[in-house]
Amino acid sequence: MSGQTDTHPLISRKPRSYAWWNAVNAWLLLLPAAVLLVAFTHYPILATIRHSLFVARRNGTEVFVGADNYRAMAADPIFWKALINNFWFALGTIPTSIALALLMALWVNRNMRGRGFLRLAYFTPTVLPMIAVANIWLFFYTPDYGLLDQLRGLFGLSAWNWLGEPSTVMGCLIVMVIWKEAGFFMIFYLAALQQLSPDLEEAAAVEGASRWYTFRRITFPLLMPTTLFVAINAVINSFKLVDHLVIMTKGGPSNASTLLLYYIYEVAFTFQDSAYAATLTVVLLVILSTLALLKFGYLDRRIHYQ
Amino acid sequence: MSAIRLDHITKSWGAFRAVDDVSLTADEGSLLVLLGPSGCGKSTTLRLIAGLEQPDGGTVTIGDVDVTHMTPAQRRIAMVFQSYALFPHLSVAENIVFGLRVRRVSRAERDERLKRVADIVGLGQLLDRKPSQLSGGQRQRVALGRAIIAEAKVCLMDEPLSNLDAKLRHEMRTEIRALQQRLGMTMVYVTHDQTEAMTMADRVVLMREGRVEQNGAPEQLYNRPETAFTARFIGTPPMNLLTAGDRLIGIRPEDIRVVSQDGRMAQVKAIEHLGADSIVLCEIDGKPVAVRQNGFSKVASGDTIRLAWDSIHEHHFEGSSGRRLDTVADDQTQIASS
Ligand SMILES: Nc1ncnc2c1ncn2[C@@H]1O[C@H](COP(=O)(O)OP(=O)(O)OP(=O)(O)O)[C@@H](O)[C@H]1O
Ligand SMILES: [Mg+2]
Repeated sequence: MSGQTDTHPLISRKPRSYAWWNAVNAWLLLLPAAVLLVAFTHYPILATIRHSLFVARRNGTEVFVGADNYRAMAADPIFWKALINNFWFALGTIPTSIALALLMALWVNRNMRGRGFLRLAYFTPTVLPMIAVANIWLFFYTPDYGLLDQLRGLFGLSAWNWLGEPSTVMGCLIVMVIWKEAGFFMIFYLAALQQLSPDLEEAAAVEGASRWYTFRRITFPLLMPTTLFVAINAVINSFKLVDHLVIMTKGGPSNASTLLLYYIYEVAFTFQDSAYAATLTVVLLVILSTLALLKFGYLDRRIHYQ
Repeated sequence: MSAIRLDHITKSWGAFRAVDDVSLTADEGSLLVLLGPSGCGKSTTLRLIAGLEQPDGGTVTIGDVDVTHMTPAQRRIAMVFQSYALFPHLSVAENIVFGLRVRRVSRAERDERLKRVADIVGLGQLLDRKPSQLSGGQRQRVALGRAIIAEAKVCLMDEPLSNLDAKLRHEMRTEIRALQQRLGMTMVYVTHDQTEAMTMADRVVLMREGRVEQNGAPEQLYNRPETAFTARFIGTPPMNLLTAGDRLIGIRPEDIRVVSQDGRMAQVKAIEHLGADSIVLCEIDGKPVAVRQNGFSKVASGDTIRLAWDSIHEHHFEGSSGRRLDTVADDQTQIASS
């Protein structure tokens, strides 16, 4: 045995040392990302969960209270209001912005004049910061002077406080967010459409399929991976986008536009109750991870990836 | 009512003419082969017939209808794409019956036709697979199945057998031809494989750089090539061309004999034994010449042999243009006699 390794030292040692080096290299390459993930994602999550089980005393010490914070949350009407608002906000923004994005992508994917300009125009809302968007739309919605009310004035209708009325405030925010998001999602659809081979549409056309039939049976199913990706992003955004609330409504009137993350922000920084904020954060985390699990565990297996 | 006619069809991309003034006719119920080297415009011509490209000039007629400005669907054709164009998310069965579903054919008939077509293309075991789980040749057979299940009067095929092994290719060739004749289809069949062209075609159109080089029955192209290009393209091995002054003299390998006296001196470079015959590759004055001999040839590489042929087997071409010369001579005799 040893005689053999002595006579062929290169042959017997190389594979092992290569494998070893490969592993080391792989870990070294992963290290920066792993360190960042652990330090700024995994550790804070664990710390938040721990924090939600304690309350802070005046003197700075922490006392373990078990599920007390969660019980208080279940009895908190604002929390439920924020959750329900968030549900409607998600339902209002996600399907519409995705459908709109798909439509715009199909439209600008065709061969026509000025399509580069059109693509840019659709994409512009996305590059604007949310704060700027909120300010623009604040102007649209301003009672009396705002664009919307001036239009109403043309038809002899009276002024309406769009953001000040609980009945319209959510609708106004939904329209604005759709305007901002659809262009962003369009880019993903556009990229996916350009990956599709034109042969497939041609083959369908030769077989006599109408455009709608081709879309329904060929294009749309092949875009499913993109739709899923975009949908996940839209869901996350519907929980994540709250900058506009700070500018436009501050969650009002009477919490009609409070979303979960905005409520967390208020609890943490206005009411200075970090333990309760941690509790609410855990709820948000649970919602988002459930959605992620749904994606990876269920939907992925039902979708055709190329 | 399904003859296909192209009249002076032209298609350019920018300044580049992919199809240049092509006119041809595929008679009803016949099989026309578009043959030619890679990039000569075969696929483009086929796509023009299908309506997937719009010609810059000329007309396309199917039956007695001018279809130049009709959509592919209105032309009622079936087509095999060079790239197969299979729907990646649909199973083999769904791919094949796609067109039947579009046309709302009843489920019972769909299943029955699927079974028959799956038998013909030999995919019976693979109907539930996705295209990505198939080999190249199997994918090609799915594309073929999708085209023939329609039983359309006009069927266009773009190199439908290019990825199959020799045995399967031979089988499918026979199947396609039989099917075409049984259903009375008018078929335009693109290939760069001249064996396919010679064995299947009623008419062969040889293309070169977007133009029709020669249009005729297979035996016409073989026995009476109109140009040196055709002579060089048709036949395995192709016709030998020797320079004589300002003209080219072409002799088929099977028309050359090895003789013991007289004849031209040639050096044997290599020998290919094919079983039933042998190809002796030699050189005459540095020009390659192939000779076909029956059985197992006994000459050896390095030998010097003498080659002879009868002058009636000579084909003469003009050196500069490559045009056949006795056509010119025939014309002149006709003019002289009239
Ligand atoms: N969409 C296009 N844009 C520009 N040029 C093209 C386009 N399609 C084809 N061509 C050019 O037209 C010529 C003919 O192409 P075509 O596909 O008809 O060749 P072909 O005879 O089918 O070749 P092959 O046997 O390799 O398939 C080629 O030189 C090709 O580069
Ligand atoms: Mg081609």
